[in-house]
Amino acid sequence: MRADARVEERDAAVWRTLSRVPDPEIPVVSVVDLGIVRGVEWRSDQLVVTLTPTYSGCPATEMIVADVGRALAAAGFARHRLEIRLSPPWTTDWIAPEARARLARYGIAPPSGRAEPVARIDTSALRGRPSPGDVPCPRCGSPRTREVSRFGSTPCKAQYVCDACLEPFDYFKPL
Amino acid sequence: MNEADRRLFEYLLRIADSDLVLAQRLGEWVGHGPVLEEDIALTNIGLDLLGQARLWLAYAGEVEARFAGRGRTEDELAFLRAGGDFRNLLLVEQPNGSYADTMARQFLFDVWHVLLLGGLALSRDERIAEIAGKARKEAAYHVERSADWVIRLGDGTDESHARMQSAIDDVWMYTGEMFEPDAIDRSLAAEGIGCDLAALAAPWRGTVEAVLSEATLAVPKTSAVQRGGRRGIHTEYLGHMLATMQWLQRAYPGAQW
Repeated sequence: MRADARVEERDAAVWRTLSRVPDPEIPVVSVVDLGIVRGVEWRSDQLVVTLTPTYSGCPATEMIVADVGRALAAAGFARHRLEIRLSPPWTTDWIAPEARARLARYGIAPPSGRAEPVARIDTSALRGRPSPGDVPCPRCGSPRTREVSRFGSTPCKAQYVCDACLEPFDYFKPL
Repeated sequence: MNEADRRLFEYLLRIADSDLVLAQRLGEWVGHGPVLEEDIALTNIGLDLLGQARLWLAYAGEVEARFAGRGRTEDELAFLRAGGDFRNLLLVEQPNGSYADTMARQFLFDVWHVLLLGGLALSRDERIAEIAGKARKEAAYHVERSADWVIRLGDGTDESHARMQSAIDDVWMYTGEMFEPDAIDRSLAAEGIGCDLAALAAPWRGTVEAVLSEATLAVPKTSAVQRGGRRGIHTEYLGHMLATMQWLQRAYPGAQW
């Protein structure tokens, strides 16, 4: 095998390992699916994996870092270092398309549209809720849903209810 | 360089301590929220603020090491400083009171917080810029929610209106110090590291007035006279809060989770 092919294979093995590390709260998606893994590189003989935290207050962050470290060690990458990078800040736009479909099948409505850049505080929109149809029900597909609470079981989710099938569900908020 | 680092350390504590103290206050609501959703929401916002405080305190500790030889860890800074060493805004240490009081405090802080972080996101200090850039996205949805509650309660029943109005009136006097830079704020702003606090006053007032008007509430006429948080001069409430927050590390120094 040529040297660059070996390097490619080695990197692919790292990514395969990382893509099997589930999010501790939402196990149907991996840390790669969520865009938490920002980069994989080698500095001399050491593997450096860069991770970005989702929410500052997400209690799962420390667990994710520990899980990634264990998975890498178990896959034979004992000499590794995990670096935390804050910038650019994590956004739901980084969630992979196939992961969005998996979230929906799991009962969590994926983020609707792209995360809006924070330009200013918009008080005109304060009374408005996401317009009907923005967040279809992950169970019955009906667009007749509404927000119950901006916060759900984890910082990244809001609580919604479907007025068609009457089921409550989680919505992964765009950030 | 030493002097510059001392100033930066002090400046970072000011940002960190407001996040930390407000996070602790919100944590006091755990299990006491009016409904489950609100309990969860307050906890989530408290966690965001705690996470942000940790980022600021960790950086403060690194800066402290540059001039003091050893820098304190985020835990030492949070749990082993006395009240007079805290640099938070007086506003955030005020007790939770009723839900209207909690939301008034949160709203007036959130509007300022978004503006402050917007300024800090442009800091020449890369670390400050990246922490602020991340925190700002979170602060932006905090303010949506607290403004929403001010409007709901203000433009609600007669009783909720009256209580929301008195909640805003009660904490208004603590808002002035948010826009009063001292020598440290001014020098860091001039160096492009800190944020020009005085410049936040007009946009803050614009947003606050728009929301209060939507909420059918009056802008208080009282003057915002109370100040001192930035110099470690606090209201009586901070000490009591810290006694609860710090007792474990005080009683069992170095205890690990």
